[in-house]
Amino acid sequence: MAALLNVPKTAGRGEIIEIKTLIAHPMVTGYVRDDQGQVVQRDIIKEFICRYDGEEIFRMELMPAIASNPFIVFHTRATHTGTLSFEWRDEKGGIWRESAAITVI
Amino acid sequence: MKPAQPRANRRECLLGMAALAVFALPKPLQATPAAMREAIRAFTGGAPLLSGRVSLDVPPLSENGNSVPLSVRVDSPMIPGDHVTTIAVFNEKNPHAGVAVAHFGPRAGIAAFSTRMRLADSQVITAIARMNDGRFFVASADILVTLAACLEGG
Repeated sequence: MAALLNVPKTAGRGEIIEIKTLIAHPMVTGYVRDDQGQVVQRDIIKEFICRYDGEEIFRMELMPAIASNPFIVFHTRATHTGTLSFEWRDEKGGIWRESAAITVI
Repeated sequence: MKPAQPRANRRECLLGMAALAVFALPKPLQATPAAMREAIRAFTGGAPLLSGRVSLDVPPLSENGNSVPLSVRVDSPMIPGDHVTTIAVFNEKNPHAGVAVAHFGPRAGIAAFSTRMRLADSQVITAIARMNDGRFFVASADILVTLAACLEGG
C-alpha cells in the first residue's frame, strides 16, 4: 500500500507545521455492487495515528463516508528534532506504517 | 416523459434545499433527521451545543459526491489548560451518520484537519468540537451534490 507524505524537512523551534498524508486504499463501503450484482465486501481504513517521537499528536477515526485514498491534513508544533511516525489500520487487521524525520533549527 | 424528469428532480431538490435553509437558519439542529440527532447525542451525551469557534469549510456545491473536500478549524489556543480534544463530523443522509472523528493533543498547535468525504445526497454537514473543559461547539453547512456517492463506484 503506497502512502504519500508531505512533511517539512526543517522547521523553526515552536513553529506550527502542516502535515499532509495520503494512502492508496479503495475504502469500499459495502454498499456498492459489482458487474454481477454482488455486493462488494466492505474494506475500510478505520484509524489513522500520527506520533511525534512516540507521543500521539493526532488521531482520526475514519468511516465509510471518507473518500477512497484517504487524504488527511493536520498540524503540530515543531518542538525538537525527531521522527514523525504515521500508522493506518484497516478493519481486517492490516497496518501500514511510514515515518518522516524533522530537523528543528 | 424522460427529458422532463431531471428538471422536475432538480426543481424539487432546489425547493427542498431552499425550504431546509430557511427552516434551518434559526435552529440548525432541529432540521436534521433522527439518525444524525441520535449520533450527535451519543457523542455529546446530551450536553448543550454552543455556537461559534468552529468553522466548517465545505463547497456549497459539489459535482462529485465521491470526493468532497472538508476542512474544520476550531478557534482555540491549544495549550494544556485550554484545547480542543475532539472534532466529530456528522452527515444526515449517508447510510451512516458519521464522517470522521479527529482527536487532538495539546501538541497539535492548531485544532484543524482536512480530508475528503463521500456524500450520498445533498444535505447538511455538522461539525462538533469537544473542548477539554467538556463544552461542545457546533457549526453546520449545506452542500448540494449533483453526482451521489455510494450508488456508483469510486
